[in-house]
Amino acid sequence: MDGTVLGKDYADGEIIIRQGEAGDSMYVIQAGSVEVIEESEGGEVLLAVLEQGDFFGEMAIFEREVRSATVRARGDTRVLTVDRKTLMRRIQRDPSLALNILETMSRRIRLLDQELARVKELLAAATS
Amino acid sequence: MRGILNRQRSVAEKLAPRTGRSEAAAELTDGSRVAVIGGGPSGSFFTYFLYRMAEVVGLDLAVDIFEPRHFTHCGPAGCNHCGGIISESLVQLLATEGINLPPTVVQRGIDSYVLHMDVGSVRIETPGHEKRIAAVFRGNGPRDVEHVGWESFDRFLQGLAQDRGARIVRRAVTGFEWDDGRPLLKHADGSDEIYDLVAVAVGVNSNFLRLLGADSVGYRPPKTGATFICEFQLGRENIQQYLGTSMHVFQLGLPRLEFAALIPKGNVVTLCLLGQGIDVELVQRFLDAPEVRRCFPPEMGRPDHVCNCAPMINVRGAARPYADRFVVIGDSGVTRLYKDGIGAAYRTAKAAAVTAVFQGISAKDFEKHFWPVCRRIERDNAIGKFIFAFNDQLRKKRFSRRAILRMVSREQSEDGMTRHMSGVLWDLFTGSAPYREVFLNSLHPGFLGGLLWNAARSLTTRGVGPIAEENLHGRDRTG
Repeated sequence: MDGTVLGKDYADGEIIIRQGEAGDSMYVIQAGSVEVIEESEGGEVLLAVLEQGDFFGEMAIFEREVRSATVRARGDTRVLTVDRKTLMRRIQRDPSLALNILETMSRRIRLLDQELARVKELLAAATS
Repeated sequence: MRGILNRQRSVAEKLAPRTGRSEAAAELTDGSRVAVIGGGPSGSFFTYFLYRMAEVVGLDLAVDIFEPRHFTHCGPAGCNHCGGIISESLVQLLATEGINLPPTVVQRGIDSYVLHMDVGSVRIETPGHEKRIAAVFRGNGPRDVEHVGWESFDRFLQGLAQDRGARIVRRAVTGFEWDDGRPLLKHADGSDEIYDLVAVAVGVNSNFLRLLGADSVGYRPPKTGATFICEFQLGRENIQQYLGTSMHVFQLGLPRLEFAALIPKGNVVTLCLLGQGIDVELVQRFLDAPEVRRCFPPEMGRPDHVCNCAPMINVRGAARPYADRFVVIGDSGVTRLYKDGIGAAYRTAKAAAVTAVFQGISAKDFEKHFWPVCRRIERDNAIGKFIFAFNDQLRKKRFSRRAILRMVSREQSEDGMTRHMSGVLWDLFTGSAPYREVFLNSLHPGFLGGLLWNAARSLTTRGVGPIAEENLHGRDRTG
């Protein structure tokens, strides 16, 4: 690995976080991209593809719940880990630190709303 | 484009239903002019966060950053004279803020520290084996060194501030006065400008601080200590082989030398020395120490530096770094003792920016919302001074140096072992945690018991034991 980079390298297909596992950190993509996958008995559902600069795993930081999805590298990817302890200690002192996370989560909720509306339309069309 | 119809509408008025503030106090309004004197990290962070917070509340500001230097110049002319380490915690916080350091800025990602003492060397690794500390050039690198597409950290931050809308003014500010309660900046050509708010971010080595007489703003500059910084050109391959991705810290028991570190960056190595009365003789004694020579190619002899400086550092914070429409940030105000100066610049700059946008720009506003951040850093520094004094006593005794080496080596060698000493030293060397936390961790029964047990073993046995021996040559495994 080039010495002038930060974070940890993941190879194509390598799991970064696994659904159902406990987590105490979030991740910021430094290079490459990742796919967010919902795993169920019926198989895998691709929820999102995240690119350089995006973050993931933040829900486990705020909720202290297990990971809600699996995230794996798409091609060679480099990811920086942000510890819950470091982040929460600073947010307690400086709540505006959470602004960037809140804005991103807000955008994601907006996208989810659009997705939900589309699914409901499809369901309504199928049942009518 | 600045609003005209709502030009005089302040943030307090916009937030009045929620905050109850509606008095016509000193506040930023649409079209307010802000001067930032100094375009280093604290000035750029302040500007960046001032615009960021102003954007949140729909406030239109105009910020001028006065910085005559170009951080694209090599050598001292374009440098802010600093070791250039971005701490583990700051790297994470910046990433959370959406500021990711590009590979052109990161001269080397650091994932471990090697502690060198006369009794041996040991490598302290991050639990996740992840590179989360950045070695950077503050300017555009040392003089007379081959440049291979790197970018100055200070220039990178300045670019972020410019992207937000700041104007970089390549002029020195030569005078500071008040005009009807507003700060007035003077320039060498006789011109002057009035601003609504002035943020001083010039750094503790700037002559500008002398212009800020206590009579006008009540500010008194920080107490300073001496450092020596120089750079050696080793080449990438040698650096990878001899220093790797580790920062190398030395506790050699040399008189007057409190702290020494070698920081690998691209094709050069930066040496930082902290102490009292650092002179040529002390630097040469340090470079001649066998523990230091092992970090350089044997055929090199005593290395010649390509660039050097002896900047002052802030060892006790400034008094009253704020007044009406005036705030001092970064190390010309309050900073962390010895470590994480850029992290302190981020914290004080952001606190000042958040205060200015959401609370106001009067002395009372800064006292209530900005000064507590500075005071917390100063209180933590007081604990830091105690820790460094204790560490100073430990490193003077050979048996205690052996005890530290033995304890760290055992912790690093055995999986699952709680890393009491490694954790304390890691936080102390990297500046990633407050000194208060380092102190509390050093009171843990596991730490104290381990230290006492290893001290007793060091007094009764020769060497540092089989486990420590495996870790003595940490540098060999850093490549």
